[in-house]
Amino acid sequence: MTFIPHTDLDRQHMLAAIGVSRLDDLFEAVPAALRFPQLDLPAGISEMEVMNELQALAEDTTNAHQFTSFLGAGAYDHFIPAVVDHVLQRSEFYTAYTPYQPEVSQGTLQAIFEFQSHICNLTGMEVANASVYDGATALAEAVNMALNHHRGRRDRVVLAPTVHPHYRDTVQTYLRGTDVEVVGPQGFAAGLPSLIDHIDDQTALVAVQYPDFLGHINDYGPVAEAARASGALFCVVVNPIALGLLEPPSAFGADVVVGEGQPLGIPLSFGGPYLGLFATRQAYVRKMPGRLVGETTDDRGQRGYVLTLTPREQHIRREKATSNICTNQGLMALAAGVYLTVMGRQGLRRVAELCYHKAHYAAEQIGALPSYALWNQRPFFHEFVIETPLPVEHISRQLLASRIIGGYDLSQWQPELANHMLVAVTERNTREDIDRFVEALAEVGNA
Amino acid sequence: MKVPDDLKYTENDEWIRVEGDEGVIGITDFAQDQLSDIVFVEVLEDVGASLDQGAACAAVESVKAAADVYLPVAGEIVATNQELPNQPELINSDPYGQAWILRIRLTDASQLDNLLDAAAYQQSIEARNH
Repeated sequence: MTFIPHTDLDRQHMLAAIGVSRLDDLFEAVPAALRFPQLDLPAGISEMEVMNELQALAEDTTNAHQFTSFLGAGAYDHFIPAVVDHVLQRSEFYTAYTPYQPEVSQGTLQAIFEFQSHICNLTGMEVANASVYDGATALAEAVNMALNHHRGRRDRVVLAPTVHPHYRDTVQTYLRGTDVEVVGPQGFAAGLPSLIDHIDDQTALVAVQYPDFLGHINDYGPVAEAARASGALFCVVVNPIALGLLEPPSAFGADVVVGEGQPLGIPLSFGGPYLGLFATRQAYVRKMPGRLVGETTDDRGQRGYVLTLTPREQHIRREKATSNICTNQGLMALAAGVYLTVMGRQGLRRVAELCYHKAHYAAEQIGALPSYALWNQRPFFHEFVIETPLPVEHISRQLLASRIIGGYDLSQWQPELANHMLVAVTERNTREDIDRFVEALAEVGNA
Repeated sequence: MKVPDDLKYTENDEWIRVEGDEGVIGITDFAQDQLSDIVFVEVLEDVGASLDQGAACAAVESVKAAADVYLPVAGEIVATNQELPNQPELINSDPYGQAWILRIRLTDASQLDNLLDAAAYQQSIEARNH
């Protein structure tokens, strides 16, 4: 089947009309070396052969479910109820592109509205947008929002060193070519007082992560207080699963809450598509990036949903735009909305509790091994750091042989943290899995 | 379209009422009529800021458009209308009264001479209406 509408005859007519004999004659002026090369592709094969080939390729790779995974660091292997995928697979949802027209898109708009409401409930914030690309983008957008809020009069952003390194990189990418400077203490081990020392009257935004990159649950009250005192906005990067158990960031003074929504019913799938969560206070709704769906009534008094807010700069005053987010991660937001609906408050709490308790069991068991030590000295959620007797890369290679995916190698970001592994435990890790992991670690450590 | 005699105007549809060495600034009846229902007003500068003539000092958004408000003459902002962000519709109902946007201390009163009087502004909007 061809999707090129012209027949050979059409083409001959057109070539004759312009007086050339072959299509290639039109490109004579372009030196041969610069023309599109012959690709020398193999001949086409049948659908059955394609399926066989793809199947063979698929069998060559593996997925998290064939292994026991203790790898997190921003992407987490949680159980996804079948109903999530069932709803996503409905063609009304997965085929629609920019479905914001209320006359034809009530289902999508309602789904986005419910997603926003869930995120408000979870974070304690007053408004949440329809989502952005991922957690890293959400943080970068929060930075832009804060700079815009201060109308360019403040040119520094204070990032805690324990904000995810990828997110920090994304902020840097967004800020390239501007005079805005990212400051903050260096090194994962820096304490909150040294973070507070960096906050001053030039600070547009202070951002921390909760739980932080190393799994810690920190008391950010004093940071929020210092940010408020300086007039800076205070941003908290969250893991939404942790909020099933922990105090919401609104309780300790967050102005903006962003985060990665992947743990909410979205598979690991090589790092995307994921889901950026973005919530803030009503006072900043006009500065919020992305879109906001609202509930209203139609002319017959029936409940309906509309796109209530889009950044006006996308349509007018474009030279003053601070955000280019013109859409949202609709299908992923739907997944998170269905996941949270199915789980409910109690279910989400149960997932968070399981993560917490299993992680603490694992930490205790690993910490008791002779050649390993638990590095975290403060409360943590479902991720923790262990000191290993050998380089993490070496240990992880050994673990793979036991069909275990080991933790994250922290020396990638901080060379002095060689032999430090960040371990994540979720409800999907059974006690047997954890015991097997501990045993395998012991074996590698003794070898 | 109301064009009070005691005000000075700009081609951009701002008005200024001079009170001693201060001036009160807003947008005109014609401007609000063109914009239709105003839903958002944001003053872009803080009290104490000194701005040049023509500087963007506020943004007004309606259901169909958004517009910047430019300072008719240079000055230092001494007050902004705190009611306006909560009741942007005041611009539609009372553009020359309750819907003042900000008050400045004039830097150079001679700049007032560059502005339009009521008759000239009336001509300007009539020209644009045709």
